Amino acid sequence: MASYSAPLRDMRFVYHELFDSSDISALPGFEEATPDLIDAVLEEAAKVCENELFPINRSGDEEGCRYHQGGEVTTPSGFRECYRAYAEAGWIGLSSDPQYGGQGLPAAISTLLEEMVCSSNIAFGTYVGLSRGAYRAIAAFGNDTLKTRYLPKLTSGEWSGTMCLTEPQCGTDLGLLRTRAEPNADGSYRVTGNKIFISAGEHDLTENIIHLVLARLPDAPAGVRGISLFLVPKFLPNPDGDPGERNGVLCTALENKMGIKASATCAMSFDQATGWLIGSAHKGMQAMFVMMNDARLGVGVQGLGLSESAYQAAVEYARERLQGRSVTGTKHPDKPADPILVHPDIRRTLLTMRALTEGNRAMATWIARHLDLRERAEDETTRASANDFVQLMTPIAKAFFTDYGFDITNMGLQVYGGHGYIRENGVEQYVRDSRIAQIYEGANGVQALDLVGRKVPAHTGRYLRQFFHPVQSWIESHAFTPALQPFVMPLAKAFGRLQLATGHIAQVGLKNPNEAAAASSEYLRLFGLVALGYLWARMVEVALTHENGADQGFYDAKVATARHYMERILPQTGSLFAAIMAGASTMMDFPDEAF
Amino acid sequence: MSFGQSIIFNEIQGVSHQMKILVPIKRVIDANIKVRVKSDQSGVELNNVKMAMNPFCEIAVEAALRLREAGEAEEVIVVCAGPANGKETLRTALAMGADRAIHIESEDSPEPLAVAKLLKAVVEREKPGLVILGKQAIDGDNNQTGQMLSALLNWSLGTFISRLSVEDGAFHVTREVDGGLENLKLSGPAVVTVDLRLNEPRYASLPNIMKAKKKPMEELTAAALDVDITPRLTVLKVEAPASRSAGVRVHDAAELVDKLKNEAKVI
Repeated sequence: MASYSAPLRDMRFVYHELFDSSDISALPGFEEATPDLIDAVLEEAAKVCENELFPINRSGDEEGCRYHQGGEVTTPSGFRECYRAYAEAGWIGLSSDPQYGGQGLPAAISTLLEEMVCSSNIAFGTYVGLSRGAYRAIAAFGNDTLKTRYLPKLTSGEWSGTMCLTEPQCGTDLGLLRTRAEPNADGSYRVTGNKIFISAGEHDLTENIIHLVLARLPDAPAGVRGISLFLVPKFLPNPDGDPGERNGVLCTALENKMGIKASATCAMSFDQATGWLIGSAHKGMQAMFVMMNDARLGVGVQGLGLSESAYQAAVEYARERLQGRSVTGTKHPDKPADPILVHPDIRRTLLTMRALTEGNRAMATWIARHLDLRERAEDETTRASANDFVQLMTPIAKAFFTDYGFDITNMGLQVYGGHGYIRENGVEQYVRDSRIAQIYEGANGVQALDLVGRKVPAHTGRYLRQFFHPVQSWIESHAFTPALQPFVMPLAKAFGRLQLATGHIAQVGLKNPNEAAAASSEYLRLFGLVALGYLWARMVEVALTHENGADQGFYDAKVATARHYMERILPQTGSLFAAIMAGASTMMDFPDEAF
Repeated sequence: MSFGQSIIFNEIQGVSHQMKILVPIKRVIDANIKVRVKSDQSGVELNNVKMAMNPFCEIAVEAALRLREAGEAEEVIVVCAGPANGKETLRTALAMGADRAIHIESEDSPEPLAVAKLLKAVVEREKPGLVILGKQAIDGDNNQTGQMLSALLNWSLGTFISRLSVEDGAFHVTREVDGGLENLKLSGPAVVTVDLRLNEPRYASLPNIMKAKKKPMEELTAAALDVDITPRLTVLKVEAPASRSAGVRVHDAAELVDKLKNEAKVI
């Protein structure tokens, strides 16, 4: 049976040591986010995740959600109690505005909390994650009435939120959307249409559910420029703010699916449901993208969270499973066989899982810090460049963390062998649960297109500078530090490949967009691997300053893991580079009828 | 203080809603960590080991908070004696909901008698109506401090309690004793030490963690309290327990009885 213990030491390392957390606590409103407070918050969050969320993870998967006649949905045993405790303890409002009852802590801390939640119970995490998305969209685009009415309840967790985008004929291409909204005399709207794949669309965790629905106004232009965003509550709030009359929104079915079975995936029917416009008419996509961009980093963190759980489970099993003898001779003569941890291929697997997971944690924190800088930095330039960085890195984090999330959970299963394939040990659930993260919030292929089609060319490469410049200058300033040689050299080589590939795609993509699109997934992977290479090199730089000090084992392991990354993982940039440079012809010249 | 004086004192103070509760807590190695003996056998390894509040102390804090929430007390004061990082443990108690904290700094963790003397001094300053302690700390397993404190104060004592309530101005406790459960009525002020089944400690809520930073933490020293905490015990050597040897399978009950009688010599 797998267990989970939050990686607090590594989280503290990334938050306080790899990056300088004092620049975050210096931001206006974050004065209280001192290191001791942050540590106390993370420690208590870890207890809640380990002792409350994790124990109902596997039972939630076995039991799943249930649909009842009349459109009610019940969550698995224990979820209601757990949700109530989680909400009452204030965790949902961790980074929400104190004006609405939140605690106003940095997004960088919220991201670490999200990781722990996803590691311990990703299905549970979907409910609170969607509420956070709804909160952000209303906070950014809603008028004061909507904010006052809905944000306090979304912050306290008394109410939850959803994002209603997908329709049967309309998935990635939102231009095909059909749901209609017609104005009422009092300024509200009547929303009518069918939505599918709505996570947390209906459940028994909260007294009200606030749907954010994309729909078309009667005078809307066709395509994505004619979409508006509406707030449609399950129960219309009374003047006193409590849930009143039932609105015309109903869950008509629950999907049976591969993973995250304790998360209710609903088909929703809106029948003249009363709603209110969020933001301007026909500008719904803009508002939705605020929600989506944050949600994409959140989905990336789901991949990261499951990678950590899978790694911990795999290490535990590799230590206790006795099979065969070390190929160089018996290591544990007192036992009937050696633990499988002695075998090189098991060690390769575990170190690969670890190097990618810790690297991704560093990258998630790196991006999340920029969310805080973007929102709160006092000078305009810092805010603008932080936004550029977030724009650039979000599709990479989403696709890279979740592709590896699936690969890493699968590696974890492989360490367990047959004992991973059976359900009892809980590691096959990680594989199934991680799979969706590659798909929702924009499939990973769409993330790659977003990267090469929008983010790289944006403002003639302006976003790129936020990554290329710091990496370039770090390499230059550390190129002659002897202790860092084994790390700077491979990084410089991989970084060179990324620069060349970027120039190449920009050039050929201008002439033939198929060329850029065909290279996009490999390019995103290449980008992610180089970003991790940079972060690993920097982690080594920090770790080496602790030689012969306290906590030596932790820092030594950092350096050793970095070596595995540089020598065994980063070289993959070579084959990715070759594939990118080969161009689109193999796939684009292949006749359609030959498939 | 003579016994007679104590009775008079009890009658004057009794159990009032204005009561303060003092909860002494200890910082120990986290209960989930495997403890390792230092290579020089002078003690156990504490460097880079995760520390936490002693689990019995968490139960004591929870009990005090529940009494305050029930309106039986007005203030919960937590106190910790030991190295500076004990303040982190005090913050944890403040985040659970305690009102203020007192830290008595010393280089090492004082022995039970020294702690009891320090607590007596704190009690005389703070005048609580009730002191709630864990029955023991999971590091030393001494199970002494509460008893010693009650003797030094000449206060009523209830050890190993699994139930605690205030009724008609007295503390009603259920003790877990070898023979079963024992119900006692204690006149206040009193010292109680808590057992595992008394309650399940709460998690600190996020707003309370934030508030804990601003709650008062008084810093004292043994010298300021005029207490001598010089160790009276000498640790000769610390060793890990011998690993268990393999068991043997017996063929019948007679063989078992024979082995218990002649080999193990336990019957």
